[in-house]
Amino acid sequence: MIDGFLALYIFMLAAFTGYEIIARVPVILHTPLMSGSNFVHGIVLVGAMVALGHAETSFEIAIGFLGVLLGAGNAAGGYVVTERMLEMFKSSKPAGGKEAK
Amino acid sequence: MAWLPTLIKACYFLAALLFILGLKRMSSPRTARGGIVWAGVGMLLAVLATFALPDIHNRALILVAVLIGVSAAWWSGRRVAMTAMPQMVALYNGMGGGAAAAIGAAELIGYANSSITLLDGGKFTADGAAPGTAQLALAVLGALIGAVSFSGSLIAFAKLQGWLDRRFVFPGQRVINMLVLAAAVAIGVALVCGQLSLSLIAAFFVLALLFGLMMTLPIGGADMPVVISLYNAFTGLAVAFEGFVLQNEAMIIAGTVVGAAGTLLTQLMAKAMNRSIGNVLFGNFGASGAVAQEIGGSQKPIEANDAAVMMAYAERVVIVPGYGMAVAQAQHKVWEFAQLLIARGVKVKFAIHPVAGRMPGHMNVLLAEAGVPYDLIADMEDINPEFPATDVALVIGANDVVNPLAKTDPASPIYGMPILDVSAAKHVIVVKRGKGTGFAGIENALFYADNARMLYGDGQAAAGQLVAELKTLDT
Repeated sequence: MIDGFLALYIFMLAAFTGYEIIARVPVILHTPLMSGSNFVHGIVLVGAMVALGHAETSFEIAIGFLGVLLGAGNAAGGYVVTERMLEMFKSSKPAGGKEAK
Repeated sequence: MAWLPTLIKACYFLAALLFILGLKRMSSPRTARGGIVWAGVGMLLAVLATFALPDIHNRALILVAVLIGVSAAWWSGRRVAMTAMPQMVALYNGMGGGAAAAIGAAELIGYANSSITLLDGGKFTADGAAPGTAQLALAVLGALIGAVSFSGSLIAFAKLQGWLDRRFVFPGQRVINMLVLAAAVAIGVALVCGQLSLSLIAAFFVLALLFGLMMTLPIGGADMPVVISLYNAFTGLAVAFEGFVLQNEAMIIAGTVVGAAGTLLTQLMAKAMNRSIGNVLFGNFGASGAVAQEIGGSQKPIEANDAAVMMAYAERVVIVPGYGMAVAQAQHKVWEFAQLLIARGVKVKFAIHPVAGRMPGHMNVLLAEAGVPYDLIADMEDINPEFPATDVALVIGANDVVNPLAKTDPASPIYGMPILDVSAAKHVIVVKRGKGTGFAGIENALFYADNARMLYGDGQAAAGQLVAELKTLDT
């Protein structure tokens, strides 16, 4: 599996990737991007599913269940909110051109 | 079924790739819309792959929890107004942090249950797979960050929602907060060193949640965007750490990317407000004991018809929208008014402060919703030199971002924040509900300036009056 140094390399490269993606972003996209990255860390759902899937005692099951519930909320809510924000970017461009008269 | 683990790993790899490509597409306006769909496909792949993991039990329970979580969030996310987006982001982000903390808790409790204490105080785990120190440390660290992000985000949500409009400040607060954090960290270290008892784990989570709560309570509403962005980065990191514990590559990469991107985004936002992140977190608004400058003069009202005439015969009008305009749902009326002015040959621009609205770019989204084209929207750097040549600056629903005290009064809590220089315009018309102070609770010197006139009223009603008055001029 992933040993210590390999994990560090993954961490470093992923961190640079995240930094580079955001580095040249226009201000108007800050809010949708924050929302979009909020959706991406909804991947925590996968971990919560594993935790619940491995739970044995009822207490562990309760905690795992809560985790899955919250993770699913993060993923679904993050998607809907981001999608709704970005929808406006689609409609505003052609519509804006028309309405400018 | 030897191919199944490989297929699942491949799905995680694809998911990580789609997340990165999706975020990349979201960082340009042209491709932004496709970006979220790409990331969504990645999420779907990862979730389906996890269902297929061979060693998963409780599948029915998992399905029930996913369905409840998804439908509740989907329903709330669909029906919330655009103006309330920032607090929804805070809420969903808090849920992610909570989920990361729950994973950490489940792992720690699992270790605690499976380890047997020997008489000489040594430990070994029943199934022979003793958690390594690094794994324990990451589980604890991820749980700590996740729990802080969870309770902190919920407070941020409550504040933006208006459920908690007071800041809770008391003497020695900073010291107490630091003590709570130190206690949480100390217990965390004990957990890592093998003192895995249920009561210690419980105490650890109580302290971590308490710290998130107490850290966020004293922060004023105006600073919330920076705080939400910071917690967003926190959750990303927590997810990455728990990903290391679970050996899940998709979580590691997605969490780390978000952690780094969120950190940079937080810095950009703080910079737009001319404040450091440390200042936002620990230098609370109004904490300085300095005496604020006295503001002389009085607020001078103006009627809607006078205001309309003033702008109808102006050459250049700059409209400065603020969150108040969006709350009053006045952006459509304001845009209608602007179109009427443009039809009369007036040069109209919208000036947007970097932190107008509740988050950077929030106001652009709200104006885009009303159909205002991009080329009429100007940034602060572009528009500030134009104010001296502007006949009328129409401030509607904005307050702190046009407050000249940010430039003149070192005792003011917003001193040093760059502002839109509207007072340099020949005339300023301020549409405002009443005489109260703004979101940050600070008196605004602009309203008392000689060239400023106040048009009192609800943003939507006032904009409607202005439209009506303009139309009567034409007939």
